[in-house]
Amino acid sequence: MSIPALEVVSLSYHYPDGTEVLREAGFHIHPGERVALLGPNGAGKTTLVFHLNGIFRPETGSVQVAGLPVEDENLMEIRRRVGIVFQDPDDQLFMPTVRQDVAFGPANYGVEGDELRTRVSDALSAVGMLHVADRPPHHLSLGQRRRVAVATVLAMRPEIVVLDEPSSNLDPASRRELADILTALDITMLMVTHDLPYALELCPRALVMNDGSIIADGPTREVLSNRELMKANRLELPLGFDPNFDR
Amino acid sequence: MHIPDGFINGMTSLGAGVVAASSLAAGLRRAGKVLQDRQIPLAGLVAAFIFVLQMLNFPVIGGMSGHLIGGALAAVLVGPWIGLVVMTVVVTVQALLFADGGLSALGLNVINMGVLTVIIGWLAFRLVMTLLPKNATSILAAGAFGAWLSVVVSSLAFVGEYSIGGGGGAPLSTVLAAMAGTHALIGIGEGLITAGVLGAVLAVRPDLVYGAQVFGLRHTEVAALNRRAVGLFVAGGIAVAVLLVTLVAPLASDDPDGLERVAIDLGFSEEAEDHSLGDSPLADYEADGVEGEGLGTVVAGLIGLGATFAVGAVLMLGARRRRVRVDR
Amino acid sequence: MAGTHTHALFVHGDSELHRLPASTKLGALGLFVLAVVLTPREAVWAFGVHAGLALLGVWIAGLKPMFVARRLLLEIPFVLFALFLPCIGGGEQIEVIGLSLSVDGLWSGWNIVVKGTLGLAASIVLTATTTVPDILSGLDRLRVPRLITSIAGFMVRYLDVIAGEMHRMRMAMLSRGYSPRWIWQLKAYTASAGALFIRSYERGERVYFAMTARGFTGHMPSFGDEQVRPADWVRAVSVPAVAWVAAGWALAVA
Repeated sequence: MSIPALEVVSLSYHYPDGTEVLREAGFHIHPGERVALLGPNGAGKTTLVFHLNGIFRPETGSVQVAGLPVEDENLMEIRRRVGIVFQDPDDQLFMPTVRQDVAFGPANYGVEGDELRTRVSDALSAVGMLHVADRPPHHLSLGQRRRVAVATVLAMRPEIVVLDEPSSNLDPASRRELADILTALDITMLMVTHDLPYALELCPRALVMNDGSIIADGPTREVLSNRELMKANRLELPLGFDPNFDR
Repeated sequence: MHIPDGFINGMTSLGAGVVAASSLAAGLRRAGKVLQDRQIPLAGLVAAFIFVLQMLNFPVIGGMSGHLIGGALAAVLVGPWIGLVVMTVVVTVQALLFADGGLSALGLNVINMGVLTVIIGWLAFRLVMTLLPKNATSILAAGAFGAWLSVVVSSLAFVGEYSIGGGGGAPLSTVLAAMAGTHALIGIGEGLITAGVLGAVLAVRPDLVYGAQVFGLRHTEVAALNRRAVGLFVAGGIAVAVLLVTLVAPLASDDPDGLERVAIDLGFSEEAEDHSLGDSPLADYEADGVEGEGLGTVVAGLIGLGATFAVGAVLMLGARRRRVRVDR
Repeated sequence: MAGTHTHALFVHGDSELHRLPASTKLGALGLFVLAVVLTPREAVWAFGVHAGLALLGVWIAGLKPMFVARRLLLEIPFVLFALFLPCIGGGEQIEVIGLSLSVDGLWSGWNIVVKGTLGLAASIVLTATTTVPDILSGLDRLRVPRLITSIAGFMVRYLDVIAGEMHRMRMAMLSRGYSPRWIWQLKAYTASAGALFIRSYERGERVYFAMTARGFTGHMPSFGDEQVRPADWVRAVSVPAVAWVAAGWALAVA
């Protein structure tokens, strides 16, 4: 068995006001896997994501990325290994141009000159956005901004990419384009989403989270077909959607 | 009020540039102690927020509208040092990216709209807060006063710069009375809006208001502007405006002029002499045909105030007509 | 209000001026404006030279005269002030169509209008031929403190985002019949401005998270790598050099 790309062991966390957000949450993801993280609002998904690169620290439990524990002395390397694509691309794309934004991550790790230029154009090509490199982010459509946000993370050559609600607010065509791009990437992926058909299409495996714990872990098709599990965790498929119908 | 190139002479503009740069350096040094990594994007966002508020026209009287400078607001929200840096960035970006305000006058504009509004706004806020009970209503009152005073002082600074490096031509105390009087009125809008915005932020996130943190206010009741307080503030502001015109202006017209006195003391006498106003028919700033020491200046100032209202009334009528059309 | 105002001044093109590095254009603009400001107001011929240079800039940049003229309207409040001066000024008076005008006031008014217009015209040429990111990297290259350029960078990046939020709040208020005309009706207005501040502040925090997630440790990288050749500087500075010769000549004979 290879070293897991991501290993989360019995993670617990409280908000400062005492609310328990994570209770003994644990799972692991192997290199090359694409995993969906499902669950209702307030289940603790976003808090979990912030634990993966050390923005939040666990009270108990641990997180390891490709064998490296999330600790103060490893923080820079951890943040390189875990690429987080935030839900609102306007939070993620903060530099005046797309090119500068994609370069921001690798530049923080001392990459410069030709190597930096190559990284930027590779990452932008991977999401089909090389032609907007010199545009300001706010001139792009939401779909384009989200693709660029993925590129900013790819440019850091991460071990695992974590996407927070990648399909939210996208029109159907942009949603489709993003799905095609994500499937084409050869990278380990954890995708937090409410978009269950999207999860089924992109991720062979799914985790269900509720009340701060991982409730279920299995093939996405099976998870989505389990009516009791779905109902108990406030998960709903779109009307008329059959997870077992092959298109 | 963005001063264009050439309105104030080259030497004064350069001097102002040096003053602005050194106050920015001081601001950066002081802010550096509080401006942690996380506050770099924050300062940028606050700058963008101030910029957007400045573009936004608020209704003032009827259809007449004004907009915020925001220096005092920035000072109370994020503290004087970060506020200083933020306002300097706002004014600089306006000059370089939007051609608003002359490049050679950048120092002057930074001083008037950035440095002074923040510092005066903050000092007045602190002073008033030490006198008042430490509650949310006091924050609003102190913020409103600080904002009002910052606008008035900013206009006085403009008159000062004009007296030192202006091309002359206009009797100084006419300019003074007109600027101070109209800005005492404009400042009312700045004060009310500042108080309103502070009240709105205090009601939801008192922890984000630096001025409230300084005075240990963590939990606040929702503080809102009431009609009576607003009425009093407006009446007070108008009273001060009239007072400024009737009292301050004649004082300034004593020979030598108060500001020229300052200019001479500061060693700017040579420049000041260039536009000595002693032999003007409007010398000592009396409007033609009005007898009596200082009376002419008062009249000139009051005419200025009246003109402001007249312009407001015309705009109001125009706006009303347009609005009716839009409504239908 | 919402939309692309942060780019409103830039005019796409491929002129010589568009291609010059931003730092050299900024330097040239500063030098030109200083020359204009220092020129004595009586040296009318020197202003002719300056105006010729500004027009040359407009022509090289391929800007439409109407575009420049519209942008020049920014100056109107000061033009009004300048018109006011001859009427209230002191000193020697001359009669013009029955009005007694001050000669000194006339000169002052001329001084304000001509210098303001030339400075503004030159700034318009810069902003019309240089994108906002290029101006920022130019400032970076001119050794403006990185903290300032970073804050300015965040500011211009989020202007449209915040203006858009304000616009949406305003539409929501208008949709519910709110249309204030008096300052004491402003409560909802200031409330939305307060909400806007909170949103801006919270976005600032999220942006910071997004930055640390990509390895930010407090040191902003520079804005791009502008390549500047000495020849670029020579070409950029040639324009203000002529203005300085004119200004120097005028100062010498004055």
